[in-house]
Amino acid sequence: MSKTKIKTQTKWNIKGIENWGWKKHPLGATIPEAGNAADYKTGGWRSNRPIWDEEKCTNCLICWINCPDSSIRVKDEKWDSFDYDHCKGCGICANVCPTKAITMVEEGGEK
Amino acid sequence: MATIKELSHKEERLTGGHRLCAGCGASIAVRQVLLGTDNPVVAGSATGCLEVSTTPYPFTAWGTPFIHNAFENSAATMSGVEGAYNALKRRGKIPADKEIKFVAFGGDGGTYDIGLQSLSGAMERGHNMLYVCYDNGAYMNTGIQRSGATPFGAATTTSPAGKVGQGKPQARKDLTQIMAAHNIPYVAQASISHWKDLVNKAEKAFAVDGPAFINVMSPCPRGWRTPNEMTVEIAKLAVQTGFWPLYEVEDGEWKLNFKPAKGLRPVEEFLKPQGRFKHFFKPGNEHLIEEFQSQVDKNWERLKKRCGVE
Repeated sequence: MSKTKIKTQTKWNIKGIENWGWKKHPLGATIPEAGNAADYKTGGWRSNRPIWDEEKCTNCLICWINCPDSSIRVKDEKWDSFDYDHCKGCGICANVCPTKAITMVEEGGEK
Repeated sequence: MATIKELSHKEERLTGGHRLCAGCGASIAVRQVLLGTDNPVVAGSATGCLEVSTTPYPFTAWGTPFIHNAFENSAATMSGVEGAYNALKRRGKIPADKEIKFVAFGGDGGTYDIGLQSLSGAMERGHNMLYVCYDNGAYMNTGIQRSGATPFGAATTTSPAGKVGQGKPQARKDLTQIMAAHNIPYVAQASISHWKDLVNKAEKAFAVDGPAFINVMSPCPRGWRTPNEMTVEIAKLAVQTGFWPLYEVEDGEWKLNFKPAKGLRPVEEFLKPQGRFKHFFKPGNEHLIEEFQSQVDKNWERLKKRCGVE
């Protein structure tokens, strides 16, 4: 029974992987940790940054369900925050927002 | 059918940090499809943008077990996984009450063309699995080559528009109807722009006992030459103009899920924002728009007849 039991998620330490020898890599180049792409930051791709307006937001969550980068955090059924570590600044959230509560501003610009 | 607030409690099964382009439709499709079940899921994907961008070693964006396969065998691999699961269950190595769902993804290249025979075989053998095609209408991963899903007249790198040709000369094939002809329990066509419809269809597809297929409209800003932020909007226009009708076939019953009260919008509204159809709007090329419109109209009328709506 223990053989087929699905392993619970463990942290896979990939420090220094560029210098690993072939013996250190898992057989078949499997990735033993689910969802570890979250450790890889794609926020640096962004040239425009989404900004949220609390007054206008109705918490309809349409932005959340349409985000290609899972970068809108929802807490207790309410809009919570942007995940700027992963948001690529595509602007879909601003485009689909029915109340225009999200606007895109140039990254690095004064606003 | 869950509300969006209820859905927001579900576990996120595709993390950020994948390398799909900004504004990609594929990851939106995956996220919405995976909201369709609470059961454990095993996913796989045919070679394509989705596969290479979500799992560049040593990273995976999948919160589920995920299997990397070749271009042509996403459905075959997943059918084998389902077979292995059944065998382990019979031997008591997986508890009888544990129900795992199996889903294979593929782009239109890996589904309409290269993976068609393995998909057809898996569906015919009756495996209890879901196949989802995210259709962006060309081989986007390798540089926008035409596929069987590329619409009539669209410019791609292998069907360019210029002095000699005017984009792809042929019409696209209708994969959803091909899958419906397999007489499997559930077949549907959906779009990322209509999340409620899509999540609903994913729920039905996961719940059904036997093979299910969903074809999802997933625009590609790079290949369609549209601004990043327009992905969902242009998918909506695809539906509203009748280019991509939303329908489902449940046990042979055809049902149209979206019929605009005021009739379809002209296809021009869908074509105009896209760079791949830019040549349609050059003086002297009006016949291309007319031809596109007449194809859409013909397919729409045929579909309405099948669905038994006026």
